[in-house]
Amino acid sequence: MANMKQFKNEYQQIVDAHSPKNKVWANSMKAFLVGGIICTLGQGLVYLYMYWGLSFDESSMLSTITLILASMVCTAFNVYDNIGKFGGAGALIPITGFANSMVSSAMEYKKEGYIYGLGAKLFSIAGPVIVFGTIASVVVGIIYYFV
Amino acid sequence: MEMLMEYMKAFVVGGLICVVGQILLDRVKLTNGVIMVTFLIAGAVLTAIGLYQPLVEFAGAGATVPISGFGYALAKGAMDEVAASGIMGAFTGGIKATAAGITAAIVFGYLAAMFSNPKSKS
Repeated sequence: MANMKQFKNEYQQIVDAHSPKNKVWANSMKAFLVGGIICTLGQGLVYLYMYWGLSFDESSMLSTITLILASMVCTAFNVYDNIGKFGGAGALIPITGFANSMVSSAMEYKKEGYIYGLGAKLFSIAGPVIVFGTIASVVVGIIYYFV
Repeated sequence: MEMLMEYMKAFVVGGLICVVGQILLDRVKLTNGVIMVTFLIAGAVLTAIGLYQPLVEFAGAGATVPISGFGYALAKGAMDEVAASGIMGAFTGGIKATAAGITAAIVFGYLAAMFSNPKSKS
């Protein structure tokens, strides 16, 4: 057993020696770029809808909906996967990543049917997000009431 | 020119929020779902203590497009509704403020998944 552990240690040392040192740095740059571009796109949509005469609140809402729709279309055509592979968290953290997670998990389980497959798996990642979001909003609201 | 500045701010702030996520992903090895929930709750908490609103005013979509902006919308909705109609607002405000996004995500998500197949299996 002790031998096994030693092997594991040595293996880890070899892996560390050969894996690129600046991986975190490079990944962060990519995440910055992709995340920044998606947010800039969102900003552009807000301006576009305001230019078309909608109010700021309506424009923000419609901009979010547009990003969700665009991300889902990209997911359906298997394009968002590639953005995700390149951008990492830059593609995951924006609302487009949330939309992507819904479609990609749902289509994986399409074989299980339209109710238990699509209907349920749509929420395998979105579910926790909505659950904790709803709980957080209620907690914040109650605290705000008493403060 | 002023508009270009707004785009720059959205780009930099949105990008930086994603960098924080990337570092958590690489260094702490959190999974995708955990990262999303963490950012969502962080957004809601920062909104509650009054720190996220200034960021939204500064960076616009750079602060609202990341999932922390979803937490911001939920918390702000709950706070605004409590201010307007009392304690029941805590139960209605959050979902009310984010209803459009959630509805769009469910409807478009279902349709998109219905008409598509994962790459490996097609």
